Amino acid sequence: MAKVSMTVNGRAVSGDVAGNRLLVEFLREDLRMTGTHVGCDTSQCGACVVHVNGKAVKSCTMLAHEAEGATITTIEGIASPDGTMSRVQQAFQDHHGLQCGFCTPGMVMTATKLLEQNPTPTEAEVRHALEGNICRCTGYHNIVKAILAASGQDVSKIAAE
Amino acid sequence: MYAFDFEKPTTVAEAVAALADDEAQPLSGGQTLIPTLKQRLAMPSKLVSLTGIAEMQGVCTNDAGQLCIGGATPHAVVAAEAASKYPALSALASNIGDPAVRNRGTIGGSVANNDPAACYPSAVLASGATVVTNNREIAADDYFQGLFSTALEEGEIITEVRFPVPQAANYQKFVQPASRFALVGVFVAKFADGVRVAVTGASNDGVFRWTEAEKALSANFSPDALNGLSVSADGMIGDLHGTPEYRAHLIAVMTKRAVAAAS
Repeated sequence: MAKVSMTVNGRAVSGDVAGNRLLVEFLREDLRMTGTHVGCDTSQCGACVVHVNGKAVKSCTMLAHEAEGATITTIEGIASPDGTMSRVQQAFQDHHGLQCGFCTPGMVMTATKLLEQNPTPTEAEVRHALEGNICRCTGYHNIVKAILAASGQDVSKIAAE
Repeated sequence: MYAFDFEKPTTVAEAVAALADDEAQPLSGGQTLIPTLKQRLAMPSKLVSLTGIAEMQGVCTNDAGQLCIGGATPHAVVAAEAASKYPALSALASNIGDPAVRNRGTIGGSVANNDPAACYPSAVLASGATVVTNNREIAADDYFQGLFSTALEEGEIITEVRFPVPQAANYQKFVQPASRFALVGVFVAKFADGVRVAVTGASNDGVFRWTEAEKALSANFSPDALNGLSVSADGMIGDLHGTPEYRAHLIAVMTKRAVAAAS
């Protein structure tokens, strides 16, 4: 066991954790922040995506100790403190970009990072960016549509699927 | 995962010292190693992280004009920083795995692991790159020694990979859609003194050079130069995704596409 300290959603946190503690375990089980999900636990599904020092990473495939000193943003840190949803979150609601919602935290974190790096992506670029996020409900169409809408592009001509 | 100790040194010398312990293992981006540990397929006593070593990060050009990439540089950084100098390498890096994997996975980790379906080994071999470690320089032709097997000694760390920049190059990957690894990937690089062709994803022995195609393309760098050439299915990987014959056929197809895209 060794101490690890980091900043999560603006709050300084620390804990005494084993070398093999995963970042997602530290977030969910030690900090009790269960918005970040574990789907596959094999770094394929992307439900566990968080931002570490401004980069989207799969928190099930990073050790907690690797995040020593890091600045972390999780899905709990995406909405405004007053509860107003981010434009990506709002677009997911407006365009029915979720059904069961299990993959949604990871989808929102990946999409938020995409739009920071590429403010007006094409549909192909959105789909490329989502390659590491698996959804078993929606068939992706409305997720892609929501992200395009969040980027300010006109999605009225994209048929509802 | 079994229990292990964790260390995060800040210099190569400290990392080498930490790896001298029995059963210690280096950890780079962890995108292969952590899933392996979860399956309890490895049981290191200690993991030595290489991600906090500043001298192993980043992309630069040396006096010989080679592109030098620090061993712990993530794929996303290579994709961004090699784009103007070596576009084919940048394109390869930008299609490994997915965005989150590219933010953690590193070139040194990929080349050290030498997965038979990984992308980077084909670029290293086709470029005639040099694998630089904490104690020597290894030519790509001597480095790759078969399935998950390399010239690296126990505890030896890849600190840098140096790529000569070709006149023209392209990487074509036939994606295995579930894993996003290469079912077959072909990297073609044209230099002033000849063409090199490296194939990943196909062979039971890992990445290899298709010398017959290299000879034909060195004489005539066009897709037509490959007409009539084929690779034997002997020794090719056969699994539920494709037979040896299918992979052998794909090698010629992907090589032609790479030459067409590069020329």
